[in-house]
Amino acid sequence: MEPLDQDLDESELELPTEPMLLNVGPAHPAMHGTVRIVMELSGEIIERCDVQVGYLHRGFEKMCERGTWTQVFPYVDRCNYVSPMLNNVGFALAGEKMLGITVPERCQWYRMILGELARMSDHLTCDGAMAMELGAFTPFLWMIKCREMLWEIMEEETGARLTHSFGRIGGMAAPPTDGFKEHVKAVVKHILSVLDEVERLLLGNRIFLDRLENVGIISAEDAISLGWTGPCLRAAGVPYDVRKAHPYLKYGEVDFDVPVGSTSDSFDRFMVRIAEMRQSARIIDQCVARMPDTGPVNVDDPRVILPPKEEVYNTIEGTIQHFKIVMEGLKLPAGEVYSYTEAGNGELGFYLVSDGSGTPHRVRIRPPCFLVTAGLERVITGQMMADVVPSFGSLNMIGGECDR
Amino acid sequence: MSQALIELVKKNFPAAVLETHSQLGDETIVLAPESWQEVCRFLKENPQSDMNMLTDLTAVDFPSREPRFEVVAHFYSLTRGHRLRLKARVGDRDGETVELGTLTDLWGSANWLERECFDMMGVKFIGHPDLRRILLYPEFEGHPLRKDYPAEKIQPLLQYRDEPNIEKVAPFGVDEGMSFGRQTHKVGIYTDEDGDSGARRKVISPADN
Amino acid sequence: MGELKPTTTSILEPGQQSGFATTKFESLLAWAQKYSLFMNPFVTACCGMEFMAVSSPRYDFSRFGSEAPRFSPRQSDLLWVVGTIVQRQAPILKRIYEQMAEPKWVLAFGTCASSGGFYDNYACVAGLDKIIPCDVYVPGCPPRPEAVLDGLMLLQDKIQRGDRTPGIVKPRIDPVQEPNTALVQLRRSRSSAPPGIKL
Repeated sequence: MEPLDQDLDESELELPTEPMLLNVGPAHPAMHGTVRIVMELSGEIIERCDVQVGYLHRGFEKMCERGTWTQVFPYVDRCNYVSPMLNNVGFALAGEKMLGITVPERCQWYRMILGELARMSDHLTCDGAMAMELGAFTPFLWMIKCREMLWEIMEEETGARLTHSFGRIGGMAAPPTDGFKEHVKAVVKHILSVLDEVERLLLGNRIFLDRLENVGIISAEDAISLGWTGPCLRAAGVPYDVRKAHPYLKYGEVDFDVPVGSTSDSFDRFMVRIAEMRQSARIIDQCVARMPDTGPVNVDDPRVILPPKEEVYNTIEGTIQHFKIVMEGLKLPAGEVYSYTEAGNGELGFYLVSDGSGTPHRVRIRPPCFLVTAGLERVITGQMMADVVPSFGSLNMIGGECDR
Repeated sequence: MSQALIELVKKNFPAAVLETHSQLGDETIVLAPESWQEVCRFLKENPQSDMNMLTDLTAVDFPSREPRFEVVAHFYSLTRGHRLRLKARVGDRDGETVELGTLTDLWGSANWLERECFDMMGVKFIGHPDLRRILLYPEFEGHPLRKDYPAEKIQPLLQYRDEPNIEKVAPFGVDEGMSFGRQTHKVGIYTDEDGDSGARRKVISPADN
Repeated sequence: MGELKPTTTSILEPGQQSGFATTKFESLLAWAQKYSLFMNPFVTACCGMEFMAVSSPRYDFSRFGSEAPRFSPRQSDLLWVVGTIVQRQAPILKRIYEQMAEPKWVLAFGTCASSGGFYDNYACVAGLDKIIPCDVYVPGCPPRPEAVLDGLMLLQDKIQRGDRTPGIVKPRIDPVQEPNTALVQLRRSRSSAPPGIKL
């Protein structure tokens, strides 16, 4: 402050005009992921920003090299922890591609149902958290209630609500339970009605729309160049869905649409996820109708599947098979494979390098939201400070997958 | 995945292609590292290949081989639906001179993918605008995904607290903590050794739950 | 910065005797504190999903007084450390803890926060008690919401009694104390339908 008793010319007083550095630190109130955004602000507009990830880097790829192939499943679960079954299925498919085996039909339908339930859980969390960050607390509670119902199904089937580790190379850890189909049908019907309520609540709200529309726009060319996939790319207008483009499991035999946005703003990303949930419900209905009620779930291959306990304790072959698979790990042939599925955030790829032993040489997880978060800089530069939170929320950055 | 892609690259860069294979349906080409950027530019701009997405870029460490590292890039074309894997072998046994050209001017995804590759494996990408660590902190030394980095070797940023028994969670006996529901007041009678509550308290008599 | 030690809430000066009025006052204060814990959710990883579930209508922890999340450490008194703490995050966690005003408590939510989980590698801190003192550990990967509520109740009891020793939440059926229970019960009976849904 200039002292008041000095003679000063008005024109000598200048306001400082440097841009302000603001740090939205790793501990921040937004509900998605732990990330640090350092921004240079000029007033409210972000001139430049630096997105720093890595605050949840847990060393997956290094840990996978220390165990067996089956021991990768718990790590993979904790990557995209809102839709863990999709990660499980993705890795199981990668291992099976390397072995050259196909799981029985019942398992394929089962994996599809569990995967789509996980996708619904992912989108419910993302949209609910987005609504909450904008101040709409109620839809969050409704969507989490729906997610609880989905998790109850998961708990019945896999034993755990969140981190199932249920997939196995060559099948699943256990067959579906008896009441599975009815339970799924009832829950999915209820969730669709809750989605209707959420839409009625949010889509007429002027504030909600104003905060999301035309905010966080990215062009389709930029999105493709950045390697975006999944709902964020589809909201940009590019209709790329791995389930349609390169069908795996039985996705080629079920009917569903791929919702595509037009303006590529945060609102489109929000709506694409709601629409995808409805399509997932459609897929689940068809799968539930077509899944056989009897039949094996695991492939009948002694190299990969653990034998039933009666055989382990009573026959020598069972003992040896069990011993080899557990102690040495199931052996994938030497070589490399890249296998990709549609996870909650886009194309989840697994690049596996095997040296022929039971221990992985390299497990590379191609994380869809790592590249989506790389685009965050481009999305928020030029926007106002208050637009960071909904834009970031709409990208659905899951810390476990981004940082692994 | 198509064999035509491999033919296309072989026709235009016969000297650069060292090996190819199509194991499990994934077309793979091993390139000479000097022609990495050239071939990738060709793949992006040529209308027959039209690789508009760099899906993944990573590296694999083969400590018994020379060159030791293999940088692996996966490309995808949204218009044509085909994929290709390109590999380049770089680096010597000690992990020095692990260098390759950057792809940041061709694809935006290369920026962060190459930073991660540098962070985890130590592959330096020449011409990268901002090659710094991304998943680990700048004070970290070494590259953890290399096979010679021990997995348990920590480099803490903070000094750990100087508390006794810090290696394991506090030694609780069967009677301490809560057995079920609300903890009643019938728990072990504790005594303070020094009068302030930082040190571990000593149990005089066990609880009778 | 000195050694981080948790302190008890005491209105007594050293050397003063505690009488009827002071102990009654202390227990009233403790009662008020335990039923109005403003939480600071320091959420990093997968346990964050269970944290959302515990805060949601089914397993609501605002019934226990822990209603208001205050994302600023200056305004909160219970630090919920939810999820894995990696080496990069450790200075931030310490800073958040130091910014909180006394009296403050810490609840380690999940196995990663309690002891590092199955990540014994270069990246993770093996438990947050290597960085900050902790009051209640809730193990589980992720812990069931009922276990988290047990942890909250355990903490409330500790606050009431002015007890600062750390406590771990034990499973409801403790295998050490009841060895005859059939522990492995993989599938519940299908008698429980989701609420509001007719099967």
